[in-house]
Amino acid sequence: MKKLLTSNEAIAEAVRIASPDIIAAYPITPQSPIVEKLAEMVDSGVLDSTFVRVESEHSAMAVIHGAATAGARVFTATSSHGLAYMFEMCWWIAGSRLPAVMAIATRSIGAPWNIHGDHTDIMSLRDAGWILAMAESAQEAFDMTLQAFVVSEKVCIPVAIGIDAFTMSHTAEVVVVRETKLPDRKQNYRIHPETEVAVNAVTMGDARMKARYDLARDLESSAKVIDRTDTEFGGYGGMVERYRLDDADYAVVMAGGWSGDAKEAVDMLREENIRIGLLRLRFIRPFPEKELKNLPPRVLVVDRANTGIRGILGVEVSACGVDCKNVIAGIGGKNVGVTGFYSLFKKFVDGRIGDVEWLL
Amino acid sequence: MVAVILPGNASCQGCPISMAMRCLDEIENPVLVIPAGCSTVIAGIHPNSAMKCPVVHSPFTAAPSVACGLSEAYKRMGVRANVIAWMGDGAVDISFSALSASAARKDDYITIVVDNEAYMNTGTQASLSTFWKARTTTSPAGKTEERRNIALLMLAHRIEYAATASVGYLRDLKRKFRKAGEMRGFRFIHVHAPCPPGWRFPSEKTVEVARKAVMSGAWILWEYDGEFRLSKEGERYALKENRIPLREYLKQGRFSHLDDKEIEELEKKIDEEWKTILKLF
Repeated sequence: MKKLLTSNEAIAEAVRIASPDIIAAYPITPQSPIVEKLAEMVDSGVLDSTFVRVESEHSAMAVIHGAATAGARVFTATSSHGLAYMFEMCWWIAGSRLPAVMAIATRSIGAPWNIHGDHTDIMSLRDAGWILAMAESAQEAFDMTLQAFVVSEKVCIPVAIGIDAFTMSHTAEVVVVRETKLPDRKQNYRIHPETEVAVNAVTMGDARMKARYDLARDLESSAKVIDRTDTEFGGYGGMVERYRLDDADYAVVMAGGWSGDAKEAVDMLREENIRIGLLRLRFIRPFPEKELKNLPPRVLVVDRANTGIRGILGVEVSACGVDCKNVIAGIGGKNVGVTGFYSLFKKFVDGRIGDVEWLL
Repeated sequence: MVAVILPGNASCQGCPISMAMRCLDEIENPVLVIPAGCSTVIAGIHPNSAMKCPVVHSPFTAAPSVACGLSEAYKRMGVRANVIAWMGDGAVDISFSALSASAARKDDYITIVVDNEAYMNTGTQASLSTFWKARTTTSPAGKTEERRNIALLMLAHRIEYAATASVGYLRDLKRKFRKAGEMRGFRFIHVHAPCPPGWRFPSEKTVEVARKAVMSGAWILWEYDGEFRLSKEGERYALKENRIPLREYLKQGRFSHLDDKEIEELEKKIDEEWKTILKLF
């Protein structure tokens, strides 16, 4: 069924179909409409879930952590400061190897105050042991959310889905809402009164090291599960989407909703017979290292979050041995747009971009 | 009923927490949620466990919310369980907003606070529960802030059950555990737990110190289950003439710096607290 939905609403529709047992969330701009919609669905009986109104994002993640420990299917959503506030619990739910799904309307983290889009928040989660996905459209946000439940429950690792603040969270698009039935929830353990098990007791180095190793290894191999389930959930290409790359001399690497504008800029350059393509990273964790190997020789990584020395994706792509230029842009909702990307890519093709630059 | 805590656990000599843990036998189908604290260590180092019941360890701030998640999930699954958020006064400090929200939602689990009046697991730093003027490593000259009465605060959330208890009066404590275990809704029990190394008294004196707290009026035993009442074991100390001198209770290393004037001040604070409590019923 076709519906006009924002990415926030598309995610809420997907969550309705996944039918989690427990939803816990605290409102934060621009994520709030997701959980408002879900609260409405629960209230009207469209969705049979328990909605726990918590006093903070930390508690939202802690409630779903507890519920998942008991074996319940769980969902939450957050953004920016909310994610920062729940950060500790994000480590616990990943370290406990519990399936969970969270939507993140990706937004700047203060200071100074800014409620608009970039990827600062979701990128801060990249070491915690979560699978991190980035959608480009409301349709993809819908498909990805459903896929997230399946992948998460297959590999017992939580999944976060990023949607760019406002440009996606609050912008309506036509979405095909496909009613499907997900497989029953699976997880490695469930704590019930009769299970005399201590979960997450104090460990010494050996056990802790082994747990982190197992998580890292399983996180890496979750790429296979993502690729395998891709066709059931939209067929976007698995870990990455390759856009006009096959005969390209130049490649742009980026992630998220603003890639749509970048693709248009690529089309404009193609009309000028410049052979450029775009590799959109649909997943940041596991990092699609394999897919970065066969890029054309000249690569530009466009980032929406920075580290001390480069953009975060710039660091990651470099770490895979890809020689690349790196531009940091679009922080705090600063608009780049089709024309902005066009000029940027033109400059790159002309060899006028330094190793690391800020598009101020 | 099984013995929930096994012998040979990692508690210190004379540990009041392990005494209170033994009383968990009174509660059917327990699932313990334990945030960081002495209890984390007592419950066992991986791969061992000193508890013969499921334990979900949680970060310091998270126990009330994790307990809420477990309990809501069990409700949906039709699993009979008594989820117990078992925490020290440190966890109460750092998780207070979560605890308060959980109580306001009337989440269906028991919170048991084993209060040794400081952050003992990290080496005796002052908490909001630390007794006035007590010396800790972060209040070396004696604590100057008020002692927060967490049980009264929790009662103000209109919860189903609230009680104070003491490891000096285990029969009363067990009865309160049992009663909470048979009820539903948000239940809160605040257990006074004198700590030999933290308070600096000999480890064989835990029960004696706990009793002196009650007998001097410094720890008030009460219960609310729809009605508020003083507990039988300590009600006679509502009358000041029945109490032992406060300085008898204060014979602990953490109070060794106090002079007569300061002890008088403490007595006044205790009288004030009794006045508040006695107005409640």
